[in-house]
Amino acid sequence: MQIDKLAIAIGQTLIIQEFSLSVAPGAVHVIMGPNGSGKSSLANALAGHPHYVITKGEFIADGVRLTQSSPCERARAGIFLACQQPVSLPGVSLLMLLTESYRAIKKKDMTLLQMRENIVHALGQLGLDSSFVDRSVNDGFSGGEKKRLEMVQLLILKPSIIILDEIDSGLDVDALALVGNSLHAIRQENPSVRIIIITHYPRLLHYIIPDYVHIMQQGRLILSGTPELSAQVQAYGYDFTRLGK
Amino acid sequence: MASCARPIFKTKKGINRTIVCQIAERKNEPGWMIDYRLRALEQFERLALPSWGADLSGLDEQDIHYYVQPFKEQHNSWDTVPDEVKNTFEKLGIPQAEQKFLAGVGAQYESEVVYKRLKPEWAQKGVEFMDMSSALVAFPELFRRYFGTVVPLHDNKFAALNSAVWSGGSFVFVPAGVEITVPLQAYFRINSISMGQFERTLIIAEPKARVHYVEGCSAPLYRKSSLHSAVVELIALADAHIRYTTIQNWSSNVYNLVTKRAIAYERAKIEWIDGNFGSKVTMKYPCIVLKGVGSQGQIISIAVASKGQHQDAGGKIIHLAAQTTSNIISKSISKQGGRTSYRGLLKVAPKAVGAKSKVQCEALLLDKNSRSDTYPTLQIDEPLSDIGHEASVSKLSDEQLFYLQSRGLSEQEARAMVVNGFIDAFVKELPMEYAIEINRLIAMHMEGSIG
Repeated sequence: MQIDKLAIAIGQTLIIQEFSLSVAPGAVHVIMGPNGSGKSSLANALAGHPHYVITKGEFIADGVRLTQSSPCERARAGIFLACQQPVSLPGVSLLMLLTESYRAIKKKDMTLLQMRENIVHALGQLGLDSSFVDRSVNDGFSGGEKKRLEMVQLLILKPSIIILDEIDSGLDVDALALVGNSLHAIRQENPSVRIIIITHYPRLLHYIIPDYVHIMQQGRLILSGTPELSAQVQAYGYDFTRLGK
Repeated sequence: MASCARPIFKTKKGINRTIVCQIAERKNEPGWMIDYRLRALEQFERLALPSWGADLSGLDEQDIHYYVQPFKEQHNSWDTVPDEVKNTFEKLGIPQAEQKFLAGVGAQYESEVVYKRLKPEWAQKGVEFMDMSSALVAFPELFRRYFGTVVPLHDNKFAALNSAVWSGGSFVFVPAGVEITVPLQAYFRINSISMGQFERTLIIAEPKARVHYVEGCSAPLYRKSSLHSAVVELIALADAHIRYTTIQNWSSNVYNLVTKRAIAYERAKIEWIDGNFGSKVTMKYPCIVLKGVGSQGQIISIAVASKGQHQDAGGKIIHLAAQTTSNIISKSISKQGGRTSYRGLLKVAPKAVGAKSKVQCEALLLDKNSRSDTYPTLQIDEPLSDIGHEASVSKLSDEQLFYLQSRGLSEQEARAMVVNGFIDAFVKELPMEYAIEINRLIAMHMEGSIG
């Protein structure tokens, strides 16, 4: 996966510039940065959100140029964005959503019965009650339940590029462990899966060791390094990056 | 477009005494019915168009055929149903499997019921399911006792019109204690240019009887305006339960002006499940009169309005007795400049002590040009009653569309899914094969609604 000198705008305002990142098969990258540094905008732009327009640069995944593709084309190319604030879909059950989603992405049907079984199993992995399979997606859910439901979708749809936009916010310690374990399981099942974790805090990194840590500030990638970088952020805050390594 | 059947008999356009008499004579009706029709015609001529509701100025009552008889006889086996009719059903995607599943199919093609069948097990128990003209001959006393008692001929201009020129529609009689466990089904279509359709339906459930009647309507596009004006009367005697499900998908030039009313006696239960797609103008407010102590009523409806369409729909519930309960769930969807209105009446008469009612109207707007209004009327004359009314308008959000698209759905599929979710409370109440058809209808209605 290749992101090359990306510029992203909301309306007339340029919010990300000169952003480049290369993610090899099986690699886990973490993007950190203070509020407003552009992390979530990057995640949304990569998933094709119409409010975030890519004005320059290229985004290529598995040899397919996705720079100007629609969100569904990106999803069908294997990208999955676990949203920071998943919207509620009144009347749309998880079963309905994932059945249609699976058909659209995998170009094949799974029987409702099989889908139901798989979802119930995945719900169990995330510590959610099996009744969630028939409940309206995210409707009346707590913040933590919404995040865990994003993970359930991941387990079913098995994308090749996973972007987690603050999956850890709103999760208690136990839920965080379940999310971490699920990511582990996903990597074991598909060793070539690429994962981009966007976060404020390094606490998820106790469960999944990244290959690289990147720091964003004011719409630019200012620093890249090994997992120790996240420990430094933890210890000294983002200000240390301004002092020059 | 389905090819039109060549009619065997057709009245001239327009309406007058001669035409009404021709219809009655054609059907060999008894004197009282001819008299009834003529009195209704007088009322039709006397009554004014409603001064409220949708715009009916485009309707020309004299430019409509009031009676068309398409085929000679009724068919009692699927094999003898004309291919034209079968092809139309095929195009509408009515599954063949339902023949095995459903108790009977009474399909109205143009103005007459052409196909009818009732499983012998129900017939043996005394259940009657036939077209209205046949019932008038077969059960003259029963027919006369109930016909026009729920919706009198002077009720409104279009009820009067229907009473004058009615033709076709279903008669259902379920004797005391008989519970029909599978839905009875009928399919109606308008299929001749400029042809009105005035079916009349009468359902009588005797004490402790139970029946679910399903009626579907669909019409292809025509150039000229068409009028559909039906009257449906339901009578649920003590402890009886009648559920009446309608899905209408008229072509976008049809004026759909329907009077539906039910009376519930002691502890009886009435449910109207009403889906309105298509048509140019719909004015339809299914009504339940809760006459007996402890009776219950429920109205669940959806309406979808697109460009040039106005769905003026809702429900009326009249609590006349103590301990009566009712519930209205009304959902509407407006898109591409379409307009939906909820018009409701909730009336609690003095001495209807302990009456309970809950009304929920929810509107979904798919774009900025569309419109939705709510016109609720509450007349509560009994202080010891519990009435709730909620109304909300929501918009399809960009975030919902993005979320679903990021799960691989196309924009159109995403819209359809949000809309299907919105009407889920309605779809859940439908028999399975109708739920599938509704999902298809929604998908069809979402076509071309992008941008």
